[in-house]
Amino acid sequence: MTKLVYFAWVRERIGKTEEDLDLPPEVVTARDLLNHLKTLGEEYENALQYPEVIRVAIDQEHVEHFEKIAGAREIGIFPPMTGG
Amino acid sequence: MTMPTIRVQTDDFDLQSEIDLLTAGRMDIGAVVSFSGLCRDEHGALSALELEHYPGMAEAEMNRIALLAIDRFSLLGLTAIHRYGKIAPGANIVLVIAVASHRQAAFDGANFVMDFLKTSAPFWKKEHAADGSPRSWVDAKDADDTARDRWR
Repeated sequence: MTKLVYFAWVRERIGKTEEDLDLPPEVVTARDLLNHLKTLGEEYENALQYPEVIRVAIDQEHVEHFEKIAGAREIGIFPPMTGG
Repeated sequence: MTMPTIRVQTDDFDLQSEIDLLTAGRMDIGAVVSFSGLCRDEHGALSALELEHYPGMAEAEMNRIALLAIDRFSLLGLTAIHRYGKIAPGANIVLVIAVASHRQAAFDGANFVMDFLKTSAPFWKKEHAADGSPRSWVDAKDADDTARDRWR
């Protein structure tokens, strides 16, 4: 099981703050994960419609979409940041 | 090695107290530069901003950026505080204070931290409209990426 945490409009559109998911073995990279999540239902499809803008963090560190997610305890999925 | 002070909190902060904490008893500091970011009302259109953050990662990312700045500009001290929750127009959102021997390092250090904080610290702003219309998330700006990239 991998813990996924969602923030801002990704969280609102998916309708969950976090969840534990069993990821299929073909989900290797962060990009694979976003594409997999899009198949889980309309709310995921809506949240991740433009996966190229979505940011991914593994164990609270930013990663690029091509990076592997193997061994991740927590994966954060969120829109571009607007703090400051 | 100078260690930064990083805080993510709902409470307001006091600029002078934070400066005093950095400079107390120090005779080597010649420059203090601070940046405070405040909530605008966008000419009356906004009643509040709501700041969401990724607990743990927000602090970690601010700390990472602060250490880069301390190293790059030889800062003698750095404080970065970011608030979250509902913030009213006119209230503080963020504070960065950089202290150094000379002014250029302090100016650059504070500027660098803000540019990176805006683009990589996990915070998101949601606007509450004064007329009660649906709340909307603030869009990320390309100009913020451009501002960050000039430090490369």
